[in-house]
Amino acid sequence: MTTPAIPEGVKRCGSRQFLLWLGVAALVVLWGVYAMYRIWFYGLNQTNMNNAYGFALWIWADLAVIALGGGAFFSGFLAYIIGLKNVKNIINFAVILGVVCYTSALLILGLDVGQPLRGWFIFWHANVHSMLTEVAFCLSVYLGVLIIEFIPVLLENPKIQKVRFFHHLSHNMHEIMAVFAATGVFLSFFHQGSLGGVPGVLYGRPFAFREGLFVWPWTFFLFTWSAAAVGPLFTASMCRLTEAITRKKLVKDDVYHLLAKISGWMLLTYIIAKSIDTIYWATVTAPSMGFALMDFYSNNPLYNIWILVAEIAVCGFLPALILITRKGRENKKLLFGAAILAIIGLLINRWVMVLQVMAAPLMPFQEEWFMYSPAWTEVATSILPIAYGIILISLAYRYLPLFPQEKELNPGN
Amino acid sequence: MFPFLYEWHWDIGHYLFMGALGYASAVIGLGLVYCIGKSIIDTAGEDENAGH
Repeated sequence: MTTPAIPEGVKRCGSRQFLLWLGVAALVVLWGVYAMYRIWFYGLNQTNMNNAYGFALWIWADLAVIALGGGAFFSGFLAYIIGLKNVKNIINFAVILGVVCYTSALLILGLDVGQPLRGWFIFWHANVHSMLTEVAFCLSVYLGVLIIEFIPVLLENPKIQKVRFFHHLSHNMHEIMAVFAATGVFLSFFHQGSLGGVPGVLYGRPFAFREGLFVWPWTFFLFTWSAAAVGPLFTASMCRLTEAITRKKLVKDDVYHLLAKISGWMLLTYIIAKSIDTIYWATVTAPSMGFALMDFYSNNPLYNIWILVAEIAVCGFLPALILITRKGRENKKLLFGAAILAIIGLLINRWVMVLQVMAAPLMPFQEEWFMYSPAWTEVATSILPIAYGIILISLAYRYLPLFPQEKELNPGN
Repeated sequence: MFPFLYEWHWDIGHYLFMGALGYASAVIGLGLVYCIGKSIIDTAGEDENAGH
């Protein structure tokens, strides 16, 4: 189907089919919104959070979407600052994913704060000793950068392009996009890092506590590095998924190969650094607090040593080694299999640093773990970003020229 | 947070935190003003040319 609002030279499905697709995602969004309403209206007693779990499932979801949204800032860095032209063929999609991830992250924070109407307090009455303040500053301003990066894509819609002012605005914004992208990289570095900086002050939680350089624990750098490594893989995987759903080729393989190669090396260096950090923590930091490594991986029904093996070996070294080899990258199944493993590894890392931290014993003589299962309200609000992302990406794909190579790759549509 | 608010202290923490926020916001704000301003001029210039 083609209408004046659909980009020239590409075909999209019929309106009825499209609305049906959106309707299914909208139902999930409504479920999440209802859960949000209950939490805001009745309070946190609607969740399974308790005195042991001040961070719930949605904080994991928050850290996960922020890390996966790292594809936007790192792709922007590669495209606009390093000047890799190939990455520009997927940058619009990376920006949309970034907008989805960061609006979701702020939505979740609004939910977690409990009083979203007082959200501005964090700027007006800023506590400069709080890492949350830095994260909130960077997240909010970076979302602004992402929206600015998104505006030229939005203005490319054929209907909007007819208005001359918007045509010029789109062009002028493209011209200085490197400035916005550089600001975005600066902001992303600090908020990704600050989320990883939390273990540096968790003196009372030996499972999480990390030492580091000056005021920055090693996890500060590891969080940023892992987001930069896995973010582009997430972008590539979502692009591949969009190709599978639309049954069209949207970007050339060399774009995937380039992203995979860069991410592969980033992932390998990250996982080596992560292994060194883990070994130092297991042999020096934790023992100095009276714990042996296996104290954190036994006497509980969920967390055993395999979670560490899965994160570092299966979802770290294995995908990194696949992605740095030409043969691995050129085999589509291996490439996207490795990308999915790397994404799972990142999700495990954030889970461990949020939820296993809360579960692990605090004292050497404490044997009981604090186990937790999320309430439906937490599940609904954590799934909400996925459904919301499906809606936004579908609308963007239908009405905006997201993929510059689409026309060339699908001549007969 | 601004210096006229009661929580404000003239110390390094406030300089760094609020300075970085102000710096990033200023870059973004000025960039946007430049783009919008230039687009207005470009559009006006186009209209003028069309008139001749």
